Amino acid sequence: MDGISIQIENVTVAYHGKVALHSASLNLKAGTICGLVGMNGAGKSTLFKAMMGFVKPVSGSILINGLPIRRVQKSSLVAYVPQSEDVDWNFPVSVYDVVMMGRYGYMNLLRMPRSLDRRIVRESLERVDLWQLRDRQIGELSGGQKKRAFFARALAQQGTVLLLDEPFAGVDIKTEKLMIDLLIELRQAGQTILISTHDLASITTFCDQVVLINRSILAYGDTSEVFTEENLSRTFGGFVGELPLAKRRLTQGSMSPDQEQP
Amino acid sequence: MDLVQWFVAPLQHEFMLKAILVSALVGIVCSALSCYTILKGWALMGDAVSHAVMPGVVIAYVLNIPLAVGAFVFGVGSVMAIGFIKAKTRVKEDTVIGLVFTGFFALGLVLVSKVRSSIDLTHILFGNVLGISDADIVQTVIISGITLVTLAILRKDLILFCFDSTHARSIGLNITFLYYVLLSLLSLTAVAGLQTVGIILVVAMLVTPGATAFLLSDRFDQMMLIAMVTGVFSSVIGTYISYHIDGSTGGCIVVLQTLLFVMAMIFAPKHGLLVRARTSQALNKTVV
Repeated sequence: MDGISIQIENVTVAYHGKVALHSASLNLKAGTICGLVGMNGAGKSTLFKAMMGFVKPVSGSILINGLPIRRVQKSSLVAYVPQSEDVDWNFPVSVYDVVMMGRYGYMNLLRMPRSLDRRIVRESLERVDLWQLRDRQIGELSGGQKKRAFFARALAQQGTVLLLDEPFAGVDIKTEKLMIDLLIELRQAGQTILISTHDLASITTFCDQVVLINRSILAYGDTSEVFTEENLSRTFGGFVGELPLAKRRLTQGSMSPDQEQP
Repeated sequence: MDLVQWFVAPLQHEFMLKAILVSALVGIVCSALSCYTILKGWALMGDAVSHAVMPGVVIAYVLNIPLAVGAFVFGVGSVMAIGFIKAKTRVKEDTVIGLVFTGFFALGLVLVSKVRSSIDLTHILFGNVLGISDADIVQTVIISGITLVTLAILRKDLILFCFDSTHARSIGLNITFLYYVLLSLLSLTAVAGLQTVGIILVVAMLVTPGATAFLLSDRFDQMMLIAMVTGVFSSVIGTYISYHIDGSTGGCIVVLQTLLFVMAMIFAPKHGLLVRARTSQALNKTVV
């Protein structure tokens, strides 16, 4: 595998005959934080879904740690944190229960936690600073705390690949700082982290690699080489070059509406 | 008549003993399942399935095979029909559900009217636990066994499926399988509930105890326990009351369940109306 963690070759995904991602190819090294940059509708979520096995590509292959997606799912290798959790916040589960759900893939048929599972859940909750609130019903957390709880569940899953969809959208500063620190720790532990984001300023601060996507993979590689104005203007259809890049938060709202995909 | 007599006297009749035991069992099973129904938001689906089993029950009766088999086929069949129509047309889901279950139910009515000599419509519609046959008791026990064992084994998978099916999928759980398990259990318990309260009121058994417990607890296991206790209580006491007042058994059971829900709604320690009113009053005072 030569330290290659994510290997995507010529993947095309179509929904109801409409192509959402066209012959995407990508190789990502293990132990890196990688920013996935593109407009709404550029295929970021589709790429994630394909990597999770939620959509089956029309053609091409995806290998994670050299394994096909089917085997990857069974072994809980890939942990996924969606942009917003589509869950019922009144559901009668505690914060602890939710994080324990990250361990189900390792448990027997009855999902009975062993002491190892309990230890990992405790560690995960401590790392996101939620251990004190573990007995709260999940809906009794604040927005940032909810985000951290689901992040803790991904930690507890102990996959080698972590997919984060817009992790910093609408979170408080404490949560954002805590999560970035954790991501850097995880990178040191050898995990591969793929983050989809609109926040171009943050890319240069902690992403070693960048993937530029617009219906297909336009470019990928080390941030210093790929994160150029020319590449970005291809990604965003020529709108970035007009703005100074450094420390500028670019959001979709700053672009003309007709640039957005439906 | 003193209280002991009120409870003991009816038990001298064998039919009352059977009725109380069967309705208690059905109360337990339906209540357990009701926790999943309400958390998944499947109340309307439960109503649909319980009505759609009607033609299956009649056909099974005519063919002399267990009612549960016929009900199961039509229960699952109705949901597949709902899924198919929803996927292939532009009609919204609640419309499709309303359309399919009434269609199946109407078919059942037609079938009953053609074989009236051998089957009693009111028993299907309103239940007949006081006159339940031994074969029906055996069937109820088997259904209850299957349901409780399945729920015990898949308890956590089903909780995760109801709470966050995306995550369930991402860690390799087969959510299509879980979907059909929950659905099949719904069809099976609809048959069990049909014996006691009848097709029309079965959905109450599959919804109300769970809803009551949901107001009283923030922990799933507690919620399940509370649902079962209120379910059994309503079933048993409802059966007694119906004997003493010589009224509809299914009606008595469901009225009791509803009363318990209303009490929980008002007096629940955390989510009740009284507590909510008090906290918002306290808040207002501190603001002023």
